[in-house]
Amino acid sequence: MIRYERGRGGVNTRDFRLSATADAWAVRALLGDLCRRLRALGVEDALCGSVELALAEAMNNIVEHAYGPDHDGTGVVRLRVRVWPDRVCAHLRDTGAPLPVSVSAVTPRPDPARPVADLPEGGFGWWLIRDMSSAVRYRRGRDGNHLWIAFSRQSGG
Amino acid sequence: MQLDTSDHNGLTLISVCADRVDAAAAIRFKDAMRAATAHSDGDAVLDLARVSFVDSSGLGAIVSAMKQMGEGRRLILAGLTPNVAKVFRLTRMDRVFEIHDDLAHVQARFPG
Repeated sequence: MIRYERGRGGVNTRDFRLSATADAWAVRALLGDLCRRLRALGVEDALCGSVELALAEAMNNIVEHAYGPDHDGTGVVRLRVRVWPDRVCAHLRDTGAPLPVSVSAVTPRPDPARPVADLPEGGFGWWLIRDMSSAVRYRRGRDGNHLWIAFSRQSGG
Repeated sequence: MQLDTSDHNGLTLISVCADRVDAAAAIRFKDAMRAATAHSDGDAVLDLARVSFVDSSGLGAIVSAMKQMGEGRRLILAGLTPNVAKVFRLTRMDRVFEIHDDLAHVQARFPG
């Protein structure tokens, strides 16, 4: 359900929440919902693509690392999205293991000149998140992990 | 994951019949690519024209598909849609793969 609320300063924000069980198929379904809602709220196609990719990376990290393969399968990923005239803000919550700080730090990009056999098959996720977004913030709370990702809207509304 | 495979002058042409190569599809995609490239020892072309979304797991699976073909064999890409092209560009994988606009363009490059 899309909920509309009036934000501080009288600016209308549009706010919705989605959640998924911690598995790749549920994340895929959530992303489909997310894109439909963003488009319905008038978010530009290119930005929808960026938000979808960054949140896919963040949620796949939660599924694969915060909850991980040994999790009992009851984990949930919660997403709250706020759409503003000049930006889109996403807040992800989970109750899995803390995010190691070193993982979220910027790591060197793979060198395309390396032999094919040495090319990485993973580790692309964090800088895709950073490339797509204008700000990323992480906090470990008593209730689990909080990750905020903000995206600028070029049109300014 | 369904892949349509055909041959063109020794090239294996592989079209992905799905709109997402993502974390949910990555393992099946790798397995399907292994099967699609096993019957030949030449280069292969992966047609991504129908794919609208690739995440880092999907990208890793495409890199892995090229590695599992073995040394000396190339995996050429074709038909990248805008969001997919962006992922390749940002990860610099557009400098690793030979990338063509579409399958017809590749076929013209390898005439019979």
